[in-house]
Amino acid sequence: TSSEMEENPAVEQSTVECLKDMFLCQYACILSLYSCFLRHARSRNYVSESEVCKLESVPLDFGDYHPLKPITVTESKTKKMNRKGSTSSTSSSSSSSMLDPLSSVLDGTDPLSLFAAAADPVTTTATMDSTRKKRDKDDSPAVGSDFEPWSSKRGEILARYTTTEKLSIVSGSFSRKAATTGSAVSEKVRTRLEELDDLEEGSQKELLNLTQQDYMNRIEELNQSLKDAWSSDQKVKALKIVIQCSKLLSDTTVIQFYPSKFVLITDILDTFGKLVYERIQSMCVDNRVSLPDNFSPECVNDTAKETCLNWFFKIASIRELIPRFYVEAAILKCNKFLSKTGISECLPRLTSMIRGIGDPLVAVYARAYLCRVGYRLTLQISTCFCLLFQQIHGDTVQNQLIVQCVEIPLYLTLYSPAIDWILQCIAYRAPEILLTEMMERCKKLGNNALLLNSVMSAFRAEFIAARSMDFIGMIKECDESGFPKHLLFRSLGLNLALADPPENDCLQILNEAWKVITKLKNPQDYINCAEVWVEYTCRHFTKREVNTVLADVIKHMTPDRAFEDAYPQLQSIIQKVITYIYDFSLLFSVEKFLPFLDMFQKESVRVEVCKCIMESFIKHQQESTKDPVILNALLHICKTMHDSVNALTLEDEKRMLAALINGFIKMVSFGRDFEQQLSFYVEARSTFCNLEPVLVQLIHSVNQLAMETRKVMKGNHSRKTAAFVRACVAFCFITIPSLSSIFTRLNLYLHSGQVALANQCLSQADAFFKAAVSLVPEVPKMISVDGKMRPSDAFLLEFLCNFFSTLLVVPDHPEQGVLFLVRGLLNVIQDYTWEDNSDDKIRIYTNVLHLLSAMTQEAYIYHVDKVDSNDTLYGGDSKFLAEINKLCETVIAQILDHLKTLGKEETLKRQSQLALYFFNTILAHGDLRNNKLNQLSVNLWNLAQKHGFADTKTMVKTLEYIKRRSNQPEMSHFTDLALRLPLQSRT
Amino acid sequence: MTEKAKKPSRSNRFSHCCLPIQIINSTIEMVKPGKLPSGKTEIPFEFPLHMKGNKVLYETYHGVFVNIQYTLRCDMRRSLLAKDLTKTCEFIVHSLSQKGKPMPSPVDFTITPETLQNVKERASLPKFLIRGHLSSTNCIITQPLTGELVVENADAAVKSIELQLVRVETCGCAEGYARDATEIQNIQIADGDVCRGLPIPIYMVFPRLFTCPTLETTNFKVEFEVNIVVLLHDDHLITENFPLKLCRM
Repeated sequence: TSSEMEENPAVEQSTVECLKDMFLCQYACILSLYSCFLRHARSRNYVSESEVCKLESVPLDFGDYHPLKPITVTESKTKKMNRKGSTSSTSSSSSSSMLDPLSSVLDGTDPLSLFAAAADPVTTTATMDSTRKKRDKDDSPAVGSDFEPWSSKRGEILARYTTTEKLSIVSGSFSRKAATTGSAVSEKVRTRLEELDDLEEGSQKELLNLTQQDYMNRIEELNQSLKDAWSSDQKVKALKIVIQCSKLLSDTTVIQFYPSKFVLITDILDTFGKLVYERIQSMCVDNRVSLPDNFSPECVNDTAKETCLNWFFKIASIRELIPRFYVEAAILKCNKFLSKTGISECLPRLTSMIRGIGDPLVAVYARAYLCRVGYRLTLQISTCFCLLFQQIHGDTVQNQLIVQCVEIPLYLTLYSPAIDWILQCIAYRAPEILLTEMMERCKKLGNNALLLNSVMSAFRAEFIAARSMDFIGMIKECDESGFPKHLLFRSLGLNLALADPPENDCLQILNEAWKVITKLKNPQDYINCAEVWVEYTCRHFTKREVNTVLADVIKHMTPDRAFEDAYPQLQSIIQKVITYIYDFSLLFSVEKFLPFLDMFQKESVRVEVCKCIMESFIKHQQESTKDPVILNALLHICKTMHDSVNALTLEDEKRMLAALINGFIKMVSFGRDFEQQLSFYVEARSTFCNLEPVLVQLIHSVNQLAMETRKVMKGNHSRKTAAFVRACVAFCFITIPSLSSIFTRLNLYLHSGQVALANQCLSQADAFFKAAVSLVPEVPKMISVDGKMRPSDAFLLEFLCNFFSTLLVVPDHPEQGVLFLVRGLLNVIQDYTWEDNSDDKIRIYTNVLHLLSAMTQEAYIYHVDKVDSNDTLYGGDSKFLAEINKLCETVIAQILDHLKTLGKEETLKRQSQLALYFFNTILAHGDLRNNKLNQLSVNLWNLAQKHGFADTKTMVKTLEYIKRRSNQPEMSHFTDLALRLPLQSRT
Repeated sequence: MTEKAKKPSRSNRFSHCCLPIQIINSTIEMVKPGKLPSGKTEIPFEFPLHMKGNKVLYETYHGVFVNIQYTLRCDMRRSLLAKDLTKTCEFIVHSLSQKGKPMPSPVDFTITPETLQNVKERASLPKFLIRGHLSSTNCIITQPLTGELVVENADAAVKSIELQLVRVETCGCAEGYARDATEIQNIQIADGDVCRGLPIPIYMVFPRLFTCPTLETTNFKVEFEVNIVVLLHDDHLITENFPLKLCRM
């Protein structure tokens, strides 16, 4: 029976008190409900009862932990992570637009969003993710969290270097071999050697005309077959697959795709390296004790060592240079099993081995791979760069580029990921001196633009920022050789966004950089740079400079509608601006901000931008505002969002937009100027009429406004305020019918009716309640809750109980009959088509008895301030009581009829429950000194137990309760009653 | 029931003219006749390798024409009704390290069109200059062959540079002698048009089964050579040959 009360938590302000009381009673006596038996309703003294039943009040200690206290979250993402993971982090934050404690948890160290930030935008090989992550972890014990791991670069590269051209996988092109091997070689041996480093037959075919996706799939297949071969103990086949894969890296046809190819294939190599390492490690297990993490080679047994050596010998005999290099690098870590210094001895050799690779691009990526497996390298690698550049401009490369129609600047950018990675490895936590030395070296090496760019993206931002002026000088002087300078400025800008330059240089840096940027002709180049430098400007300067920069962007992007191709960058500019200028009055006083917004002419983008702005507003606006500039601008922005809603808009999207607009509405306050406030709501209603949640919010806001007015007037409305309150009420009354959700409408009618009542607008309150009553028949059997169809009865039950508690205090209309509303509601309930086999109707009737009993009391349990309820109006008039009694009889007759119909075999359980429920009602509220009633309760008790469906525990407790009550004054008749209630034995 | 005989044998075959030569053969009895207990029985054994007469014991070596092989055979003789059991397995013999360090013998080399022999049309050759050195031609078999090579200049683009390890087996017998060279390993050290003036490492690990210390006996010789093969883009093939002397330390 207690569930009955718990379903009823959403209760309005005025009824909360009474509910609390009810709960307390319930606690004390376990079963009883607030009910009565009309005809012989027990008269109650609510004040003394509540004193008896009230729980002891305990002072609150605010210092303690409390589950509902806001959770404080510390931001723990590193800056660097933020920059790279920006795409994913915005998506995770956009889903939680409101600033509530839950979403602030999400902004912090939420594992999911961290994962999303680390994961790649284009995860083509999801299966490999987990293994790769694990590997990254155990591969880099020496690096901290501030080291940007390869896995985060990986996705970036895959997304950036794509191609639409057809690719081909060649499995083993050995045509050259015949030419190289001299005549001295005997046929027999050659075939044998071929077998040694050749691949399985059948894979010799060349797959032509693959699209990029096919190609990636194919590589994934190879990866899978590697794992299969390994697990089926075909180690040689596994090695062959790996060799075949790494051979692909020597092929630079379709050069634009090379970086991505590198990523895919090195994934396979990493898998292989890990497999070999783990196998050898597993051989070292002695007496089930596996090797510690920092084992020394002495602990490794001979078998393991021999196996390890075998691998190295086998790899050393791989004929071709590139596969030999990559495979050896892949198992470099296994040197740990052989000797302590193994790795450091191998690294220089592998490094110099790369010199044999003719193609500069292939060589540079080989170096990058070495850096990946070799943790950190000496400076050696960098010395090779100078020569590298001679090569780039050599004939061979040039010819190849002409064949493939690739321009030099594009070609050079193919180098960036590799060089960036190498420099990052070198520069990671390197001492200042080392960095300076490297910088000097770069300068000496011809101050090459490509290298300079990589230096800027790899070195610590603080280091770069501190030398910004030097860098600007270098950029100006550097030898472009095809590498565009605007990219250099972009890289510099990225660093300056992360770290501050010396204060004195700030302005000069901006001037120097912007001088170059503003001269860029190509809008794409321009916007890529400007995007980065906006952040710097916002960080260090005032709105005047920001305004200038924005104006410049507008000037550049408007001709020929160039902005159409640059929405992502423009969007990011907006984001940066609102990150730094979150004081909205300041923001909107930046003259060019709104004109800037006008550039977003594609609707989807414009809405995105609006969303960002609103999110920031909701997040940062601390106090409500009435600044007309802000209101106008934001109203315009919200209208843009609202107008984007159409029939195809997803529910989620609508919900999000509505949440944002609601956030804005809540922030608007005109202080004591209530009329202005109301007219704002009216305007908002006409502007946002398509979003229901916004209308709901508006109704709540207007109701709140009415209550606010009441508070200001301390309950005594003047003529003016009364008119105003009526205007508020009218607002609600005409807005509610436009909503579609029936329960929203019902609850809002009820709620608004309560507000009207509280403001002494009796006829208006009546109108609300009447509307609610006439709406009840329309409640459908099933409603959709969170996209699922659910039966509506629980909701209806809850609403009706709530409604009844309100009706207690609603005074009768002088021109309508007694209890006009209650009767109306009962009629509606009577006619409503209830679910065939449900007892909801009877439960409601029982609850009506509670209401009716409360209505017969001399003084009602609660009142609305300054409204005379029926107790005062009728003053216990006998005619009134007779009306109530009549109602009661009808209701009881209905209940008993229903109990009779439940006499069938399959419904006995329900009968028992209902009987007990009814019994409890009588027990709590009926006057049991009346014999008939007494008899009825005994009958119900017996009926409840008759067929053995009663819960014995409940029955025992009920009986105990009756006995306990009998000790109280004026309750002595309970003793007799208890004697007449037999307990069914358990047999 | 008697058990176990063992016999290392050595054979040296050369095509048709040479028959296998046995250089060692010894037999020991591991278990006296009797009954073995049921279950797994492990019988430890050891014996010295004594050569036959004045013959020399060489390292295990598997070549094409020359094979030096040591096998161990275990026979279990059983009663009349059951068949005898035999199991054979090869074991590897490494000679003791030779006394004294081999003298390092570095070699510097320069390859130009002029240094080449057996060129038909010298005029058609592109110009090139390749210099380099090998750290030593006296190599320890367990250590890699090392050196450096610099393409100082070349008119034609380089396609590939390879190291070719060649083994030369020579057999002498009554009908004269036969000599045959076999490529046993080919390692690419440069792929594509390498950077001019940048030293490229020469590095090659000797494959374990196919090499042995350089052997010179009355009947046969096993020698090794390395070829540096430069392949130019116009399919010119330039080879420079260096004899090696391998030893075990």
